[in-house]
Amino acid sequence: MNALFVICGLGIISLIAEIANFRKWLISIIVLGLLGAAALVVADWNTAVAYYHDMLVFDNFSLAFTGLIIGSSLLWFWTASDFFEALFHKTDKSALILFAIAGGVLMTSFNNMAMLFLGIEILSISLYVLAGSRKEDLGSNEAAFKYFLMGSFATGFLLFGITLVYGATGTFQINTIANYVLTHAGELPSFFYAGALLMLIGLAFKISAVPFHFWAPDVYEGSPTAVTGFMSTVVKIAAIASFFKIFATCFSTIAPVWYTILLVIMVLTLVIANITAVYQNSVKRMLAYSSVGHVGYILLAFLADHKESDGTIFFYLAAYAVSSLAAFGALILVGGKEENTLVERFNGLFKRNPIVAVGLTIALLSLAGIPPLPGFFGKYLVFAMAINNGMIPYVIVAIVTSLIGVYYYFRVIIAMYFKDAVAEPLKVSTSKEVLIVVLILITLALGIFPDFLIQLL
Amino acid sequence: MQPQNGIPIDYYIWLAAALFTIGVLGVLYRRNAIIIFMCIELMLNAVNVLLVAFSTYLNDAAGQVFVFFIMAVAAAEVAVGLAILIMMYRNTKTTDINILNRLKW
Repeated sequence: MNALFVICGLGIISLIAEIANFRKWLISIIVLGLLGAAALVVADWNTAVAYYHDMLVFDNFSLAFTGLIIGSSLLWFWTASDFFEALFHKTDKSALILFAIAGGVLMTSFNNMAMLFLGIEILSISLYVLAGSRKEDLGSNEAAFKYFLMGSFATGFLLFGITLVYGATGTFQINTIANYVLTHAGELPSFFYAGALLMLIGLAFKISAVPFHFWAPDVYEGSPTAVTGFMSTVVKIAAIASFFKIFATCFSTIAPVWYTILLVIMVLTLVIANITAVYQNSVKRMLAYSSVGHVGYILLAFLADHKESDGTIFFYLAAYAVSSLAAFGALILVGGKEENTLVERFNGLFKRNPIVAVGLTIALLSLAGIPPLPGFFGKYLVFAMAINNGMIPYVIVAIVTSLIGVYYYFRVIIAMYFKDAVAEPLKVSTSKEVLIVVLILITLALGIFPDFLIQLL
Repeated sequence: MQPQNGIPIDYYIWLAAALFTIGVLGVLYRRNAIIIFMCIELMLNAVNVLLVAFSTYLNDAAGQVFVFFIMAVAAAEVAVGLAILIMMYRNTKTTDINILNRLKW
């Protein structure tokens, strides 16, 4: 809870930085504040306190995901430091990012539907603005508008679902709803189930699962690369945490109602996202489809055992977030000012700048799931869990789609090493080179010692 | 379900569902960005009607408080949405969303 206060406070400090004229130190203040917030999360570990009449509960699940969100945000601020230097409105952008993080923390720790709704909206409204932060660029405008449209459309479905569930059970508290559903199993009105399914649709939009994913590639491609990196890590972690929390606690007892639908969504996500990614010429758009595809693996773990999958999902998301941040960090450097991320742009990158090329290679190999990188252990845990629960046909689908994944990730890697360089050597600041080395080290550490994170939950 | 003030709760559910569907169809079929905004508002207001009905029916104030949350958030959302629309209009001089096809596949 204290971490949430710190993050909101930092957001307000960013807003007054323009007036009080300490813009220069703002990023340092934010980084220190986020480190403090991370320390507060560690201090709260194993306490599970409820706040505001049980509307927010910071149990170990919320604290772990909050910690992951704060950790990714810290690394993100490092990768995206140019985003704050290059354009004007520096303080507004950092305030919006911090409020988005606060929304993400709410989405992991809600115990009441009102908090879920507010968390999603705080996160989304900040991001609508950030997606459009390249005001002169038509692609950025289009991304902002599509994100806004699809975001509010999904919110409508989510709210209608919440309302129907409220009408059937008489409460917004998710624990109370779970108890009510357990004790009134046979006598729930039919609109309760409609409500649960509408919430499923609303949240499927937010986690961008096929067939509710069509906004994601457009938004990811049009937004500034730094913002895309934020969306595909912090936002995805928060959305999946809220999805997990709703369906593993609130609607756990009516699993037969949503199980088959989610199964279809999972298979579609794996197949369509990975196959479409093969046909992309822009690496940014390819990573967007790959991030949709990773949701499929997470859903597979969730479907295998929705009560016990939290540790697996947490590790998968941590591995995915680190690799994804490294990939987007490299993308920002290679894309340059015009944010051109076509595959040809990566030709001969190893000759132009070996550090960036090796960093990107390790990130892509981890996303593809090559041992001993953390992406492999994430996939391994998911598949092991699914096989133990007798989902062998689905595991075969998942393995085939991850092989397709290897193909499109390797297209970029081959371009980097075996094609001739088309441009001058790529100059990168020392801070960015250190960052890439740090990200590589974190990735390798996660791959070699995965036990620490797996046993956390 | 028991009737409340003579009107059964089912009628409210059907009314809200009808309003919500009109909103959804509007978002899917209309091509003018402003009308799409109005349709999204219609979806949210359908939810508000239903929440108030349930709240009265269940004798529980939480639903009505939730309506205030939705109204406040919808206002914030429209403020941001209109700002994005103006930004787009400056670059394209139209509010027709068919021009939004630069990003595809």
